[in-house]
Amino acid sequence: MSHPYRAQKIAFAFLLLATLVILVSVGFVVVVIVQKGAPAVNWQFLSDIPRQGMRAGGIFPAIVGTAYLVAGAIVFALPIGLLAAIYLSEYAKDNALTRIIKLAIVNLAGVPSVVYGLFGLALFVVFFKFGVSILSGSLTLGIMILPLIITASRESLESVPQSFREVSLSLGASKWQTIQHIVLPNAIPGILTGTILGVGRAAGETAPILFTVAAFYLPQLPGSIFDQVMALPYHLYVISTQVPNVDEKIRYGTAFVLLALVLFVNLVAIVIRYKFRMKKKW
Amino acid sequence: MVVFRVENLDIRFGSAQALRGVSMDIVSNEILSVIGPSNSGKTTFLRMLNRMNDLQPNFRMGGSVTFGGTDIRKIDVERLRRKVGMVFALPLPLPLSIFDNVAYGPRMHGVRGRVALAERVETALRHAYLWDEVKDRMQESAFKLSGGQQQRLCIARTLAVEPEVILFDEPCSGLDPISTAKVEAAMMKLKQSYTLVLVTNNVKQAARVGDRTAFLLCGDLIELGKTDEIFTAPKDKRTDGYIRGMFG
Amino acid sequence: MRKLWEFVIEKVVLICGLASILFVVLIFLFLLREGLSVFKTVSPGAFLAGKSWYPISEPPQLGILPLVLGSLVVTIGAAIISIPIGVGCAIYIAEIAPQRLKEILKAGIELLAAIPSVVLGFIGMVTLVPLVKNLFDLPTGLTALSGSIMLAFMAMPTIVSIAEDALYSVPKAYKEGALAMGATHWQAIWRVMLRAASSGILAAIMLGIGRVIGETMAVMMITGNAAVIPHSLFVPVRTLTATIAAEMGEAVIGSEHYFALFAVGIVLFIISFAVNVTADLFLHKRQ
Repeated sequence: MSHPYRAQKIAFAFLLLATLVILVSVGFVVVVIVQKGAPAVNWQFLSDIPRQGMRAGGIFPAIVGTAYLVAGAIVFALPIGLLAAIYLSEYAKDNALTRIIKLAIVNLAGVPSVVYGLFGLALFVVFFKFGVSILSGSLTLGIMILPLIITASRESLESVPQSFREVSLSLGASKWQTIQHIVLPNAIPGILTGTILGVGRAAGETAPILFTVAAFYLPQLPGSIFDQVMALPYHLYVISTQVPNVDEKIRYGTAFVLLALVLFVNLVAIVIRYKFRMKKKW
Repeated sequence: MVVFRVENLDIRFGSAQALRGVSMDIVSNEILSVIGPSNSGKTTFLRMLNRMNDLQPNFRMGGSVTFGGTDIRKIDVERLRRKVGMVFALPLPLPLSIFDNVAYGPRMHGVRGRVALAERVETALRHAYLWDEVKDRMQESAFKLSGGQQQRLCIARTLAVEPEVILFDEPCSGLDPISTAKVEAAMMKLKQSYTLVLVTNNVKQAARVGDRTAFLLCGDLIELGKTDEIFTAPKDKRTDGYIRGMFG
Repeated sequence: MRKLWEFVIEKVVLICGLASILFVVLIFLFLLREGLSVFKTVSPGAFLAGKSWYPISEPPQLGILPLVLGSLVVTIGAAIISIPIGVGCAIYIAEIAPQRLKEILKAGIELLAAIPSVVLGFIGMVTLVPLVKNLFDLPTGLTALSGSIMLAFMAMPTIVSIAEDALYSVPKAYKEGALAMGATHWQAIWRVMLRAASSGILAAIMLGIGRVIGETMAVMMITGNAAVIPHSLFVPVRTLTATIAAEMGEAVIGSEHYFALFAVGIVLFIISFAVNVTADLFLHKRQ
């Protein structure tokens, strides 16, 4: 084999190896959790409260808490995020203000999650006096997933062909009528995908909820949005590091539930994206 | 009766000048053909009449255009575009059913009620010579129609808002000869009730269809006159050259 | 009537458009509000360069150098591991993988990115940490090395997807030109495409590193949390992020410790701001 082709063989082997390293590691993580966690998960585990200082029993309050937090985050982030995306896609001109807005979004996306936790603590818990509560936690998570929703929605809106807008306007429809009846309906798949990915992200984050809502041990379900809750990611952290002698099965079981939830949500988003790409009429 | 009066129209996009000192009257119930090579400003001129140029960035206008005696910049743009409809170069159905495509305009203007909408849709489709071909499949997607049918759908869509003027921007450029003939026949019929302005790259089409013809070259209006006169005895040498295919 | 409604909604849209600027400003403002108070107790110089972090001692020692170095060591370690593997994988997916495989690979990488960091921290704790301990015969596996390896896996999906995008947008003409002159596929990639995609790949790396710097949970669970200046990869360290997460629970609201942790937050915010802005500049340079 001549020299350049030998070099190519070696290089390509390395590239394949790099890819395999990543894939095998992902596979390993998933397999380990499924193998050791799935056996622990049964209806009792999912519906029971933690017992014996969380060394036994189930994770029901944590699941409920996560559900409330994620719902709250979406209720906050989706309307604001979608309208912000509409602004960027349909109204913003190519000027300095728009560049600053886009820069702000890039920055929000890059802020470390623990800094969001600090922010949530300072603004919602202390300044607005909401206290450590579902309200504080949801709002903090909501701001955290805002850039995700804005970006996904904006891309979806921008992919609607400009010709549709021109046709609508030439028939005498107003700009907002065009957005409402032509642009938005055709951007829904992308917006939905972005929202679902936001759900997955909010469900898995620990640092933002550490100081804003998460309760170490709270077997009762919350009564109002001003209550604390347990949450799955924080619960996993606690039983892995703060509580000694927790049965391995419970740890893996909690990890399994959290991982399954997040992966399922992401899979749904990927499937929606794929199906709508196939079905696209234009 | 004068529908549009254009006086000394200058159009710039940023530093590029698209039209220079164009003046003309467009009268009711005529078909005005606008011809000229690419980049002569024909489409820019057409899009001025329904203020679609407003959508381009860096658009600047000098001179005036009046519609029915009023400066078009002073007319509410949505009302102007209802009265001055447009058919584009490529058939552009909206991603809706055939019925919903045609009903879109009236719906946006507040026409409610299935009966009222159905009436408008049928009338519009008949005037576009499409009714018979689609009356049994109104709920199908508009993308299922052939290119020529789609273009007639676009005409019907414009007719449904009951305009006074219809602008055609090279409407047959993507169509086969039979569809082209159908569109041209529709245009000749429409002349009775509407004013039509037709921009076309096809000089022969302009001769077939237009009552008067305007020749634009690099942003200037070179000549405007009765189609017969322009095509048999043009006053300007450049008009003559273009019509005979010496350049373009 | 409709016009009034549209006027209102267009104003609401504008306000939402400006919302992201508002939130960035708010975050910075509130960090400053709580964090700047710490400089009444300790000077900025002593804070940034001080070698001892004992916030609950009397008087509190608030030097964040051990934390900064902890973050730095772990980040550099993660970079060394994740850059070659991440860029290599991106090249493989963009240029070599067959079409059907591409979609599956990209989905697989997306799934890795979606795994919550606390889950990765947990797995790292039970598999990687004992492995490192036994492999290198250390007193504990909770080390900077373990952290670096785990964080590398968290950075890789970001690096792979953005670098792959960058390679994908290199105009086909570049590659075809090289091949037409007799280059092998690899030579075309190495000499032409990588160079053409370089600013995008650089942005990918920066964003991946940015993610690593901001990582909290996984790092907290596997680097050992010893706030001392590290002198090798094989010892426990504490990062800036883990410090905040671990200690805020104990800090009394309004105490010096509380303000100090916010000051650490300011440092983190500025670092991530700088990294993200620079990466964004690189991403848009090539367009």
